[in-house]
Amino acid sequence: MGKTLFDKIWESHVVTSQPGHPDVVYINTHFIHEVTSPQAFDGLRKRGIPVFRTDKTRATADHNVPTLDQHLPIKEALSRKQVEMLTQNTAEFGVELYGLGHPYQGIVHVIGPELGITLPGMTIVCGDSHTSTHGAFGAIAFGIGTSEVEQVLATQCILQYKPKRMKIDINGQLKPGVVSKDIILYIIAKISASGATGYFVEYAGEAIRSLSMEARMTICNMSIEMGARGGMIAPDDVTFDYIKGREFAPQGADWDKAVAYWKTLYSDADANFDTVLTFDANDIEPQITYGTNPGMGMGVTESIPALESLEDSEKPSFSKSLAYMDLQPGSQLLGKKVDYVFIGSCTNSRIEDLRQVAAFVQGKKKADDVIVWIVPGSKQVEAQAIEEGIDKVFEAAGFQLRQPGCSACLGMNEDKIPAGKYCISTSNRNFEGRQGPNARTFLASPLTAAAAAITGRVADVREML
Amino acid sequence: MDKTFKTLVSSIVPVPIENIDTDQIIPARFLKATTRDGFGENLFRDWRYNEDGSPKQDFVLNNPIYSGEVLVAGKNFGCGSSREHAAWAIGDAGFKVVVSSFFADIFKNNALNNFILPVQVSESFLHKIFAAVEKDPKATVEVNLADQKITISSTGEQEGFDINAYKKTCLLNGYDDIDYLLSLRSDIEKYEASRPFNF
Ligand code: SF4
Repeated sequence: MGKTLFDKIWESHVVTSQPGHPDVVYINTHFIHEVTSPQAFDGLRKRGIPVFRTDKTRATADHNVPTLDQHLPIKEALSRKQVEMLTQNTAEFGVELYGLGHPYQGIVHVIGPELGITLPGMTIVCGDSHTSTHGAFGAIAFGIGTSEVEQVLATQCILQYKPKRMKIDINGQLKPGVVSKDIILYIIAKISASGATGYFVEYAGEAIRSLSMEARMTICNMSIEMGARGGMIAPDDVTFDYIKGREFAPQGADWDKAVAYWKTLYSDADANFDTVLTFDANDIEPQITYGTNPGMGMGVTESIPALESLEDSEKPSFSKSLAYMDLQPGSQLLGKKVDYVFIGSCTNSRIEDLRQVAAFVQGKKKADDVIVWIVPGSKQVEAQAIEEGIDKVFEAAGFQLRQPGCSACLGMNEDKIPAGKYCISTSNRNFEGRQGPNARTFLASPLTAAAAAITGRVADVREML
Repeated sequence: MDKTFKTLVSSIVPVPIENIDTDQIIPARFLKATTRDGFGENLFRDWRYNEDGSPKQDFVLNNPIYSGEVLVAGKNFGCGSSREHAAWAIGDAGFKVVVSSFFADIFKNNALNNFILPVQVSESFLHKIFAAVEKDPKATVEVNLADQKITISSTGEQEGFDINAYKKTCLLNGYDDIDYLLSLRSDIEKYEASRPFNF
């Protein structure tokens, strides 16, 4: 019997496996940020133990940071305290920090890949559920809680039961105006926000293979939104070309040895998955969510389900969700006025996302009554955008290009969507209050968000290409 | 603090809503604390309080008729972010057990790591619990971890629940994962020596 990609990586990282106990899994890279680490460092202090492998631990400040005037002290006292604690803790324990002002600072899931820290075959964890992003390189990457952050800091290992394996094949090719974000929103709408709970997902098939590395990251990023532990894509030449020459990537003879090994990382033809799902890229149109979990999504030209089409048990939650959104069952979103456009977050804030949006808005202007925030994923993305003149395109369109961080993805800094307002967002969660108390979120791709920025309404980007 | 889990008989707090995500359990704007304490006040913050901070009278946690150490919630509890603050908030609010017909994975782990027992029951048993509490807000359940059974005291209806053997031992004895991992240090070092690359 062949092995899945997941099995190959998992098995080579099991330190010990005892009956009745979870596996002890070795972690190659541990990312930390300011929100989920202070209590873990405190735990080490209480036990009087050091960080076991400082060279495998990297820190950045992202969740809380302002996206304007980053050179000034953070105004909000609690945010400032968390960021300062991270600086103190990393200094005390000898962990490398890419803090505010550092040229590598950015959203943790954006900087790992762009610095060549994220590599195929690795096990990667972070106290953040979108750690699944790194799976795009053919790594096992998943989010953990703070107790587990403490475990990894203390021992470079984590206790885990092996999840079930799911394969999702996407055959065919995407149509113009449809991008990787639409693939993942489509899958989640099909299988629901809990459809992959208990599984680790491998994405495969022609449509996935033809995606760039950054587009693959968008897909793996949202694996958690269907309940999966993580998502991954087998590495190939697209992966190796992306990694080669990056800051921390292997070099010279090490590079050749690494690539030889990485080429063994794929699911064998006769490997056994617990579940296999197949979709066709041709069926996918630009997607948008209408509700308050990422499974409540549809094609942009479709209508919100009518109440009668639902099971009785689903109706209360569905109605509650639509009441929060102030939307009617059975209605269309096309043409619905939006107040804010947020292009950013670890799902869609990489240079390709910005390039795609810039190419689309070049020569156009935003609608008058829309506020458009573009928040790059990292300092490096920001610098690259400026170098390519993308900042000028945004300025001419009336968009605000801000400084890197998580920003309105979760509204821990000042970037909150006001109560009752509609925001079309390229982030990954449309939960109640996620972007600010009583804010209303439509999740969509950068292209669909850009189309809304120009028209001021939910629009079908395919008609504007 | 004694973390060992003993058999618990308690009245319950019902929140019969499905897909309660961790942003509802503890909204992101309350994640700024740097210690583990004090999160209970903000448990279900936006359901519990109006924007001006006054309590919403119709929310169950504001209704003194309901109390107890067992929170009972609808299907797919704890989905969303990996924030352990959700488990801290539940623990800090005095809950020792959460009952639902389905739990999100990360939440389940986080709960266990904080000595909160997630009890997954069938959809029909869940409805029986909701029915019992609807009839009598003081209805109690008995949660017996050693036997892995939950019983509705008034009717005697019972269901078994799963928990992995390792976590069960930890809960019954009050051990945590770090104690166990630290004891494996030489195995971990041996493993490291066997790997030529950091992947
Ligand atoms: S951008 Fe959003 S989802 Fe990504 S790490 Fe930051 S808060 Fe989490």
